Amino acid sequence: MIYREAGQFKTSYLEDGQIFPIRQDRIAVALLLLIAFVVIPLAATPYFFSAILIPFLILSLAALGLNILTGYAGQLSLGTAAFMAVGAFASYNFMLRVEGMPVLLAFVLGGICAAAVGIVFGLPSLRIRGFYLAASTLATQFFVVWCLTKVPWFTNYSSSGVITAQQVEILGFTFDTPARKYLLVLSIVCLLALAAKNMVRSTVGRSWMAVRDMDVAAEVIGFRLMRTKLTAFAVSSFYCGVAGALYAYCYLGTVEPEAYNLDLSFRILFMIIIGGVGSILGSFLGAGFIVLLPILLSFIVHATGLPNQVTSNLELMVFGALIIFFLIVEPHGLARLWQIGKEKLRLWPFPH
Amino acid sequence: MKRHITRLLAGTVVAAATAITSITASAQEQFVPLLSYRVGPYASGGSGIFGGVIDYFNLVNAQGGINGVKITWEECETEYNAARGVECYERLKKKGGGATVVEPLSTGIAYGILDRVAVDKVPMTTMGYGRSDAANGKVFPYVFPLITNYWNQAAGMIKYLGEQAGGMDKLKGKKIVHLYHDSAYGKEPFPVFEAYEKQLGFQLIKIPVAHPGNEQNSQWLQIRRENPDYVILWGWGVMNAVAIKTAARVGYPREKMLGVWWAGSEEDVIPAGDAAKGYSTMTFNTPGNYPVLDEIRKKVYGAGKGNLADRDRIGSVYHMRGITAAILWTEAIRKAQDKYGKGKVMTGEQVRWGLENLNLDDKRLRELGALGMLPPVKTSCEDHEGSGAVKVQTWDGKAWKAVTPNWVIGDRAMIRRMVEESSAKYAAEKKITPACLPG
Repeated sequence: MIYREAGQFKTSYLEDGQIFPIRQDRIAVALLLLIAFVVIPLAATPYFFSAILIPFLILSLAALGLNILTGYAGQLSLGTAAFMAVGAFASYNFMLRVEGMPVLLAFVLGGICAAAVGIVFGLPSLRIRGFYLAASTLATQFFVVWCLTKVPWFTNYSSSGVITAQQVEILGFTFDTPARKYLLVLSIVCLLALAAKNMVRSTVGRSWMAVRDMDVAAEVIGFRLMRTKLTAFAVSSFYCGVAGALYAYCYLGTVEPEAYNLDLSFRILFMIIIGGVGSILGSFLGAGFIVLLPILLSFIVHATGLPNQVTSNLELMVFGALIIFFLIVEPHGLARLWQIGKEKLRLWPFPH
Repeated sequence: MKRHITRLLAGTVVAAATAITSITASAQEQFVPLLSYRVGPYASGGSGIFGGVIDYFNLVNAQGGINGVKITWEECETEYNAARGVECYERLKKKGGGATVVEPLSTGIAYGILDRVAVDKVPMTTMGYGRSDAANGKVFPYVFPLITNYWNQAAGMIKYLGEQAGGMDKLKGKKIVHLYHDSAYGKEPFPVFEAYEKQLGFQLIKIPVAHPGNEQNSQWLQIRRENPDYVILWGWGVMNAVAIKTAARVGYPREKMLGVWWAGSEEDVIPAGDAAKGYSTMTFNTPGNYPVLDEIRKKVYGAGKGNLADRDRIGSVYHMRGITAAILWTEAIRKAQDKYGKGKVMTGEQVRWGLENLNLDDKRLRELGALGMLPPVKTSCEDHEGSGAVKVQTWDGKAWKAVTPNWVIGDRAMIRRMVEESSAKYAAEKKITPACLPG
């Protein structure tokens, strides 16, 4: 009843092509942004910023990167964490070795380095597909982490391969408190998410989807496979690289290459599977599920007062059961669930 | 099912009730967050060490606390995962009147909260792991790699191997394999080994093992081909047992293998079975039985408050390591109380001072019933480690036995130089002016 688009007419192409064609959606998104940018910074505690919101946003960005590659362009990848590592270590080196390097530029350059690595490791995708490609992207994961521990130059000859992120300072303003870091991360994530949304609605995105659905057919109708697949790898790796840099600079502070291990790659892959493959919203929902749910569960389970040996295991069991439950209820992910809910809401209260 | 739910609800009510009582009684309680891990691949270490910490806390509380101040704690499951650990730290740091000391027992988590502890003024101990250069308290005022760090351990290893060979100069021309976990942890001792390699003239061969290390055939074939005089095993988790078993399979004598202290617990050797007999490792606890363990058996387990599910694990390597950590913390709190007021709850800053001015000599250790269990520890602003001493223990098939009667100390002057250099670099990167904090 409330969520109904009756009476909303589109009279220009511009209106027809907007991201949120329904007025209620626009209001909801505006409200969400208002809450994220104004209410939360005023209301949340440092715990919320530094333990929940910042990692959630950063991993959402990484999931978004993977979703571009896997969800939109159909190239399965297990190297997400490696691209994040490239972004982080490249940004660190730009900051360290170039005097007066602005930190935002370092993030972008880190992302570009990740994109370059992504293109190189995306080359096999021209010949192999599906699971075989996933296995070959595993090489990225192992090669990058190995390379970072092996070549001491990347870590500025730190004996243990650990880097310490420099202070984040933009135009003389230092982002040192959790709230400031949150705002920085939020702004970057919003900008990149908007860019991603527009990209997947444009020629580039459509070419990715054509390749995903059937690459031979896409080639026949005139998409250049090499360019399409490699731009998908480049854009996806750029997103992951920026996420990795933020992970180091705005979240952990001091990182070892091991922080970007295969485990993280898998976690990000699970995020898009649970959240919804081929959906921008799904990346955020999935990250929420994988990052926030275990924390919530640990709060609930520990409140039962059972001994710790039991609660720690219970937490994992409940989490696993929930993953299975959601995948059975909706194999296409939480984003699809949301979409179905929206359609039902539009008809409610008169479904027929 | 219904009964289960009622029981669960009852549990919640009890938990809530205890939470409320603990708030009302918190005037005389010192809160310590425990970032424990009881699930995942490293659960055996986590449950032993945090079990030991909790057992000792219970013992202290049963004996009336620290000058009347009871210790409270709350556990948070980190799964040994850096992100979860950071979340746990952030969740618990303000609880119970504020965290006063934290021990993440994971290098990844320790790095994740390294910058945060200095801002929050919560001292962090990294007993036997973490950044070695944090021993310099002028640069890392809030980090305490207590007793000893990886570099001192590496120096101790070379010293011990030198003694085995019949003198440090006898190591010349010998081949030593460093079989390491391919991560920051395994690479940590490189500078020390490389410095000794140059100084003593032995040949160092570094062989990495990729995480988790449950397949080491190629590495051990290489070792057999090289036929080194000694193999240093710098492993963690499943890698250790696999290394010992594979060594047995390729016929490399376990007597020539020397493990790091994270490769030296019952959990590392029992899975390897008979293959582990004769294998030795470093340790900073002397295996054996001590009065403090008897006290824990009597007063904690006797009262049904023991944390370990299996009573046989009392006094095991990990359990003893947990007790050691808890002894050092409670002594630091006691020391801080001497300065800032007996019977008062100490803040993180005050505990930091206590940790920086620890003086656990043989006399005090005897009083605690832990003489010989850990080396004497005396910290200062320059030396956040306080000892640097290690021991070597050998597995005889049933139990660990100390082989070195005295504590082994490597070339501390050299390690100190390296700590200075490395921490100076960190200070320059972070724009820190090294200085001691006022008490």
